[in-house]
Parts: sequence; C-alpha cells; structure tokens
Amino acid sequence: MSDTPAFAKPGDPPGTLRLSRPLVRTPFDAAGAERLAHIWETRPGWRGWFSTVDHKTIGLRYLVTSFLFLLLGGIEALVMRVQLAQPNATVLTPEQYNQLFTMHGITMIFLYASPVLSGFSNFLWPLVLGSRDMAFPRLNAFSYWVFLFAGIFLYASFPLGEAPNAGWFNYVPLSGLTYDVGPNIDVYSLGMVLLGISTTVGAVNFVVTLLRMRAPGMSIDRIPVLVWGTLTASGANLFAVPSVSLAFLMLWLDRRIGMHFFDVSGGSHALLWQHMFWIFAHPWVYVVVLPAMGIVSDALPVFCRRPLVGYGPVAISTVATMVVGFVVWIHHMFATGLPPLALSFFGAASMVISIPSAVATFAWIATIWTGRPVFRVPFLFFAGFVLLFVIGGVSGVMTAAVPLDWQLTDTYFVVAHLHYVLIGINVFPVVGGIYFWFPKFTGRMMSERLGRIAFWLMFVGFNLGFFPMHIAGLLGMPRRIYTYGADMGWTTVNLLTSIGSFIFALGIAVFIVDVLYSRKRGPIAGNNPWDAPTLEWTVPSPPPPYNFAVVPTIASRHPLWEGRMQGEHEEGTHEGPRSRLADGYLLDQGREALGTTALEASPYVILKMPEDSYAPFWLGLMAALFFAGLALRAWFFAGLALVLAGVAIIVWLWPERELIQREPTPVARS
Amino acid sequence: MEQPPRSMTGSSEHAWAGAARAQADAQAGTSQAPARMLPVGSAGERSSGWLGCLMLIATEGALFGYLLFTYLYLAVQTTRHWPPEGLPKLPLGAVNTLILLSSSGFVWLCERMVRRARVRAAVVSMTVAVLLGVVFVGIQLHEWHGHPYGPVDNLYGSLYFTITGFHLAHVLIGLIVLVLLGVWTALGYFDAKRYAALKIGGLYWHFVDVVWLFIFTTIYLTPYWIG
Amino acid sequence: MKTAPLEYLAHAAGPASLPTQRLEWALIALVCAVMIIVAALLVGALIRRRTGARADPSAIGAEAGGMPWIYVGTGLSSVALFAALVYVMVTLESVASPRVAPALQIDVTAYDWWWKIEYRDADDASRTFVTANEIHIPVGVPVQIKLRSADVIHTFWVPQLAGKTEMIPGQINEQWIQADTAGVYRGQCSQFCGAQHAHMAFEVVAQPPAQFDAWRRAQAHGAAPIGSSALPNAGKRLFDERCAGCHSVRGTDAAGMQAPDLTHLGSRRLIAAGQLPNTAANQLDWIQHAQRIKPDSMMPSIALSASEASALSAYLATLQ
Repeated sequence: MSDTPAFAKPGDPPGTLRLSRPLVRTPFDAAGAERLAHIWETRPGWRGWFSTVDHKTIGLRYLVTSFLFLLLGGIEALVMRVQLAQPNATVLTPEQYNQLFTMHGITMIFLYASPVLSGFSNFLWPLVLGSRDMAFPRLNAFSYWVFLFAGIFLYASFPLGEAPNAGWFNYVPLSGLTYDVGPNIDVYSLGMVLLGISTTVGAVNFVVTLLRMRAPGMSIDRIPVLVWGTLTASGANLFAVPSVSLAFLMLWLDRRIGMHFFDVSGGSHALLWQHMFWIFAHPWVYVVVLPAMGIVSDALPVFCRRPLVGYGPVAISTVATMVVGFVVWIHHMFATGLPPLALSFFGAASMVISIPSAVATFAWIATIWTGRPVFRVPFLFFAGFVLLFVIGGVSGVMTAAVPLDWQLTDTYFVVAHLHYVLIGINVFPVVGGIYFWFPKFTGRMMSERLGRIAFWLMFVGFNLGFFPMHIAGLLGMPRRIYTYGADMGWTTVNLLTSIGSFIFALGIAVFIVDVLYSRKRGPIAGNNPWDAPTLEWTVPSPPPPYNFAVVPTIASRHPLWEGRMQGEHEEGTHEGPRSRLADGYLLDQGREALGTTALEASPYVILKMPEDSYAPFWLGLMAALFFAGLALRAWFFAGLALVLAGVAIIVWLWPERELIQREPTPVARS
Repeated sequence: MEQPPRSMTGSSEHAWAGAARAQADAQAGTSQAPARMLPVGSAGERSSGWLGCLMLIATEGALFGYLLFTYLYLAVQTTRHWPPEGLPKLPLGAVNTLILLSSSGFVWLCERMVRRARVRAAVVSMTVAVLLGVVFVGIQLHEWHGHPYGPVDNLYGSLYFTITGFHLAHVLIGLIVLVLLGVWTALGYFDAKRYAALKIGGLYWHFVDVVWLFIFTTIYLTPYWIG
Repeated sequence: MKTAPLEYLAHAAGPASLPTQRLEWALIALVCAVMIIVAALLVGALIRRRTGARADPSAIGAEAGGMPWIYVGTGLSSVALFAALVYVMVTLESVASPRVAPALQIDVTAYDWWWKIEYRDADDASRTFVTANEIHIPVGVPVQIKLRSADVIHTFWVPQLAGKTEMIPGQINEQWIQADTAGVYRGQCSQFCGAQHAHMAFEVVAQPPAQFDAWRRAQAHGAAPIGSSALPNAGKRLFDERCAGCHSVRGTDAAGMQAPDLTHLGSRRLIAAGQLPNTAANQLDWIQHAQRIKPDSMMPSIALSASEASALSAYLATLQ
C-alpha cells in the first residue's frame, strides 16, 4: 500500500521525507554538484576532525597511522640488527631484545600490515564501486578510533620497559603469570581484544558495503580485484578474529582473575593456546596479503595497457586461498608431537594452497607478457613484487613439507620466508599502490626520480638483507636469540642481513621524503593521469566529498577503456558495452546513496546516510578506557567506562527521522 | 620542478567521449517506462542494519563456537572427573531453555502487532518477552549459586562460568535492546512500513536464544554422551 | 672441525636425518628451478620487443588472450607440487619412527635454561642415573628420547641426527635419533623460552658400543671419595653451603633438584649448557660471573675470595 504519490508534489514542505521515491536519471550539472558538496562536506576545524565520517578522510588516517607504526616497527628491527650484526654483542640485554622482537612482530603484523590495507580499501572502495560512501560511515570512523587507541594501548608499557616480551605468538606457559609477572602480557592481551573490535567492525562494514553499495550494473564479476581481496579478508576476519580475542581474554582471566584455562597442572593443555592462536593467525596472514595482491591485480594492468589476464580465475583463486587457509593452521605446530596422520593432512593442504597462488602469478606474468609495459614507478614495484611473491611462496612450500619442517621450523629459514611474504607481498604493493593512487588522494603526482631511487634501494636492500636469512636457517640458526657464538658459522650471513636491512630502511626513508615533498610540490594531477580504466579515475583528484555527482551505471570491468580496447571494433561485432558516466542518479535530498542487489547490482533502495557525529569518537574512547581500567585493575573505573560506552551506543542507535528509521514527518494529505 | 608526466596515451578525452555519447543517447531516446519507485531509508530487510546484524551474528556465532570448541577439546582429553560434581542436572536447565525460547516468540509477536498497527498489544508482548528474559537470568544465577565451585577453583569452573557468563552477558544486552524497542514502540516510532529496528533487534534476540541451544547441548548434555 | 655445528644440509649422520636431507636437496633444486624460470619469464616479459599493433602507444589490449599462461603454468606447478607431496609423504614415513625397536631410551627434561638427562634401567638400578647437558649414545642403533619440560615449552633439536620436537609441560613427547658415525653433535633449544633461550645448547656424543657402556657404568657410580686433603674438603664444605641448595652430587648430601647434576662434571666437554669449554678456569669464571655470561639465568654470580675459589676448584676437580 502506498500512501505517497508517485512524484513529489509542488506543495510539499521542504525537507519532507517520503517512504518511497522514483529513481530518476539526470545528467551531471554544476549546480547539483555544488549542492551535493554542501550536503556532504565536513565542518572545518577540530569539530570536523573529531566528527567526520568521510571514508576518504578515514582511509587517509589509516594510511598515515599505519605508516607511523611501520616506522616504529622498523626502528625496532634496525636496533635488533645492530645487536645481531656481530657475535656476542652487548648492545641489548636479553630482556630488551625479547621486548623488541615481540613489539616488532606485534607492530608490523597487527598495527601496520592489515590497517594499511584498510586504509586503501576505505578510501577506494566507494570510489571504485561507484558509491557515495561505505555502508556504515559512523562505524567506519569508530573502527579507526579504536585502531588508534589500541595501538597506543599496546605501546603503553613500552616506555616503562615493560613491553610484551613473550613473542607476538605469546605461547603459554611462558606468557602466563608464573613466568611473566609484570604488566607486559596484560597490555598485550587486553590490547588485542580492543584491536579485535576495530578489525571486526571494519570487516562488517566491508562485507555489507560490497553486498549493496555498488553502482547499478556493477555485477559481481565486474568488481575490481582489490575488492575481491578485501572482501575475502573481511569475511575471514569475521570468523577468525574471535578465536584470538577469546584466547587473549582467557589468558588475561587466568593471569589476573585466577582462572585455569591454560593451567597445565589443573588439567588444561599448553597446546590449547597454540590451536586457538593459529586458527586465527594463519587466516590472518592471508588477510594481510590478499588485498595487496588485489592492488597489484588492479594496478599492474594499467601499466601493461591491457586488462588483467584471467580475471575470473584470479577472483576465484583469491577466495580459494582464504578458504583453504582455514584448514592449514597446524603447519605452525608440526613439531608439537601431534600424530603423523594429522600432520600429513595439514601438510598436504599447506602445499595445495600454493596452487591458487600459481594461478595469480601466471595471470600477472601473462598480463605483462601480452601487454606493453610502461616503466613508471608503480610498475617497478609491481614487477618486483611478482619475483618476491614467488620466492616467498616456494620457501613456504619447503616449510610445508612436514619432515623438512622439523628442521626448518623455528630457524631463520622461517624468518626469511615470512619476510619475503610480508614485505614482498604487502609492503611492495603498498608502496607501489601509494605511488599509483597518490594523485587521487592528494591531486599531485609523486616524483619519478625519487621513486626509482626508493625502489632500487628497497629492492636491493631487501634481498641483500633477507635472502641470507635462508642460509642462516639452513646453517641451523634458531629464531629469537639475542646473540650467538662466533664459532657457529652465522657471522657472515648476519652481517650481510644487517647491512641489507639498513639499505632497505634507507629506501623507505627516500619514499617518505618523496611523499612529504610531493604533497606540497608535486606536479598537479588531473582526473586520470595514468589513463586507467576504473571508476575512481572519473572523479576529480582529490575527489569531492560526495564522490560522484550522479551515480553512474556500469556496463563492464573497464568503464574508461570501453570502446578503446582492441577487438571491440572488428567487423561483424557490434559495439561493446557502454557505461553511463555523465548521467545517473542525483540523490540529493540530504546525504543519500543507492543500494543495489548483491549479485546483479540493480537498484532496490535509496539509502539515507548519517551526518557527521561525535559518537564514534566517544565510543572508541570509552572502549579504550574500559580496557585500560581492566589493565590497571581499576574495576570501578572500568565499569564506569562500560556504562558510558553503553550510553554512547544507545545515542548512536536511537532511531532517527532523517534516516527514516522511524516514522517520517507526516505529509499534509490533499 | 618536474614536468607533469606525459599522459599514457596523449589524452584522456576518450573517456568523456564515450560518456558524452551515452548522454546523447539518453536525451535522444526518452525514458518511455515510468521511473522505478524505490523505498527510501531503513526499509526492513533492505536496511543496512539488517545485513550488519547478520554479520554480527556470524562473528558472535564464531565466538561461541570457539568457546564450545575449547570446552570440548579439554573435555575429550581430560583424565579427571568431568564435571567435578557429577553429571549436570537437567530439569531446571531444560525449563530455562523453554523460557528463553518462548520469549523469542513474544518478540516475534510484538513485531507482528506493530505491522498491524496494534501498538498496545505490541508493547504488552514485548514486556512479556522481557519478563521471560529476566526469569531466565534469575534461574541462571540461581544455578550458578548452586555449584560448589566458582570460576577460579578449577578448569571446569573456569569454562562453565565463562561460557554461560558470555551468554548471560549477551542476554543482558539483549534485554536492554528489548526494553529500548518496547519504549520506542510505545512512543509510536514504528508503523507497518518502518519497523527495521524491531526486526534487527528481534534478530539479535533470536540469535541469543539459538546459541543457548548449542550451549545447553554442550555443557548439559555432552557429559552424558562422552562419559 | 665443522664450520657450522648446527648445520644439517651438508651433514646428516643417521637414518632419522638422512632422508630429510635428501628431500631438502630435492626441494631446493625444485624451488631454484621455479625461481629461475619465473625470473626468466618475468625479465622476458619486461624486455621483449613488441611489434606492430602492439607497439601503438594509444592502443589498449583486448581482455581476451593470455589464458594459456594460466592453464600451462598452473598445470605444471600442480604436477610438480603433487610429485613433491608424494616424496614428502614417503620421507615422513621413513623418519617418523625407526625401522627396528630402539635399543635405548633416554629421558630428557628441559629446564630454563639447561637439560636434565636421565638414563633409566628398570631391571638394574645400578645403571640408572641423572646427568646434565651432555647425552651419550651408542653408534649405529636407534635411541628413543622421551621429552618433558619442567617449566615452559622448549624444543629438543640436534639437527645432524634428527628433526626437532617440542617439550611441552603436561605431556610427554617422543622422538628418536641415531648416529651412524661416531662424533660429537651439537644441539640447541629451538623454542623461545625466555631470557636465555639463546644460550641453551647441548651435545650428543656418539660412541662405539664398548666405550658407551664404559661411560654409562662410570656415570652410574656416585661421586668418588675425596680423601682427606684439606683443600678439597674445604671446597666440599663450601659446595654444601652455597651450591647444594640447587645442585646435586650423587653419593653426597648435595641433593638440590633445580640445577644440573654435577656428579661427573669433569667428564663433560662443555659447561653452562654448551656455553663454555669445561676447564677449571671457566668453571670459576662461570661461578663468579654467571650473570655476566648468561644474564637473567637462574645461576647467580657468587662472590668468592681467592682461597674459597681455589678450594672449590679443588673439590670440583674430584668430580670426574
């Protein structure tokens, strides 16, 4: 039953909210854009800074914050490499070294590797999907604030010399109260539960956005591979993060409340921790690389002047890698005394998981081979990435071989492997991705000259630093040792590694200099300086707050390359599909976006998007203070923070008329 | 300092050429069919909140799954008396389960009443649901009190109180949600077309009830089967 | 003289490690081939000359084309992976347990940051004894090791003889080792276990059966009487006062359980869990400066006057 006329009547009071509206196509016009800018822009000054829900701002914040953590983690690594450059060095005490390697792992794996990809995805998703914002803008802001507070929380005890010190993997009983009495592990445990909240709500946001916020016509087989990567990672996070959050909570309950979850003498099993940790942490390693692989799959073809080879297989292989990634966690536990039959299954799965990766690798090589490479800076990073990906992948195949893993595990061979996959598959695409999308973020190009210098320093330094680690592992050097004897045969490889890591750090420094310089002085970029095919390049650089003045309709994976690709004008074939970019849906009755169906992306609801709000900041702060109260065992304070958090949630979720979550203002009946 | 780079093909006009052609098409061929009517805002299962709640259920479901995995992993390998005080007593737990499930029914009824514009019946139904939930909490606390061990006394106690405690926390949050829904219903916020909050809150409550079935099975019933 | 005592790629001394070494070389060859092929393809793709239509700067390639790369590449990779997997499983089967029943069982318990070694004989109490940080085995027979931990998770690893196995409190893990050549094989803890994880090493000495039996008989005896000279007796009194709380010397009153058994200290090659050669000077250095050599370890630095030092040294010299 419809109680509203099909079209708005002239007499309707301004701001009348209708329960349904016709979806009308209009061409782009400047006045409409101006009105949209006024509707969508954030207030200037500190008010806007705390209350903005603009995904582009949030995305850039994620990028900047995660890079700060990258630098922090990198400095920790460099200090360790000074200690390890020579045998029997005394630069660091054992306790200092143990805190450094623990914090290095925590920082890089949790505070850099995934948030940096969230930064890209947050900024880019609405733009590549043809949408005005993410599905939950306030939740988006909240996830950033919690990430920031969790990062600060995890570092809170570092200045006191009490940083977490039992490794990022934090095995019990070493991390239990008996062997680790200070606040170190409490900070780690509660900080991880807090961070898990950010990761989880971020994942919810990405999945729901994908399901409904795509431009009309952007069916599931037309979305960019970056979106496939982040979507897969987000789906995985929903199922994996609870395992580690629970494990850390149980550990804290053991330590400070006196429970017995990991009490071996009370009948529990030390392996319980390892299972719960690795059931999360193995999928996590795919969370931190699949979106980065998606960056390469989307951006590399631009520099090969042709679409990606095998889009379908690459998309499927992304999902397949993640799914298989849930049944391989035991390969971190091959040496724990589990029965060989169980080990065989997980070993086989761990080798099979490289097959989808082979699909992607050959897709990239084929794209370069059949394309025409343009040797700009982003392309250098993506091409280098392919080689590092393969090296990291094959060293992983070696560690998947169960009896060989009994030699390789817990040696520097694994350290080499994990750095090839993390730096090679995450950092290189990230830096290349920043060179690629910097014009869209800021409106300026980065420097080709500095970029080349940064690339070569990074590439040479990285390989010089980390390839010798394979050798160190084969020479028997165990992990996590603060020093070694001069007669162990590890001196040369360690010296090489230390030198290489400083060269790599220099490359990163050049990159940072380029970013800072180019922000102010780089050449101005137009909408599409790379002549790339996807939607983000149709809007100005940087994009206006509303992204798209009119919501476009999509007809292919490469809207800006339609009509220009070889084979589209051959005799006998009709013209290829045409996306409609210059006209579309205006949706300017307040902050609005278009909701479309999950598979075909046909419009089915007009979404009302929320205004800027302080609630995400307050809720994030209360959540952080709650955990701080627990860490300090200030129970009343923690309870108070919890109550205030509840109030913030209720205020946030209170049904609003503007969002048509409750009955709209009645229309004057005629 | 640097020259802007030569663009990749020499111009980026191609994109807009295509777009301009499309625009001409649109203007030339008038839209014969009337424009589609779309609902606006939080429209029931088309609301983002509904999908968001489904995602929340997925991740919280996983959380309870891991809790129960922990319990079963330890129960299957234990060499001690498990549970320490003997097999769990079933009658009170079973009754409590029925109470919780019936409260779900009243939440569902409230939603139906709102859709039929019978606001008072809806509020009454929600109140009954909340009261049933409160009874559940009371019985659960009574059961807690009846155990000779606490969460810090032994491994079983830690597991039992943490698992049922997690669930109880979800019930308490759910009760707050139901109370708020009842208040909003009484204030006339919802009608036949706009009741997304009721659907979403109701979904959460149904989830909490279904999870209880899994917990009840694992903690109360499996000791009889594992032996 | 080995250049890298823990290296296992060029040296594998028994059937628990040799099959793995062969597998390792095979996989190294495979992965090197893969890396070279991929690098060649990549470089080829980067530098090959494009002619004709392909060279037109404004042209954008078609979406179709290139799929054979994926089919062939993935197909070949899968075949190679499957072959490798079969070889892996065969190797696993051959190293997971010995062909014949182990002739000997040794119990090793890991402590922060040393190794307690127990030889038990259910039938003959005179062959049961405790020692620390140095394991002896007869050459050419499989030896079963039962692995326990007294505190946190450690890992037992003597690479040239076998792969590694974790030592987990609350459970007993097992692995086997076998040395077909006599010699000294170094091992090191390979699971991060706290402050001195870096300095928790041990040695496995493989001896011909006759020498092994002799060693075992000698170890089973308690400490020899020290006679009546003043200096060793003064040293023994000092030992009982300052050391016996943690250390044990079988056959005397010293019965400490938290630190290595020192009954036959003199028979060992190294001290401090593989850190220092076992000389009188090093023993004194360790006793007086343990916290400098192994900071945060359980052994305190014990101040000794010159006379105390020489007395203690004389006593320790009797513990052969």
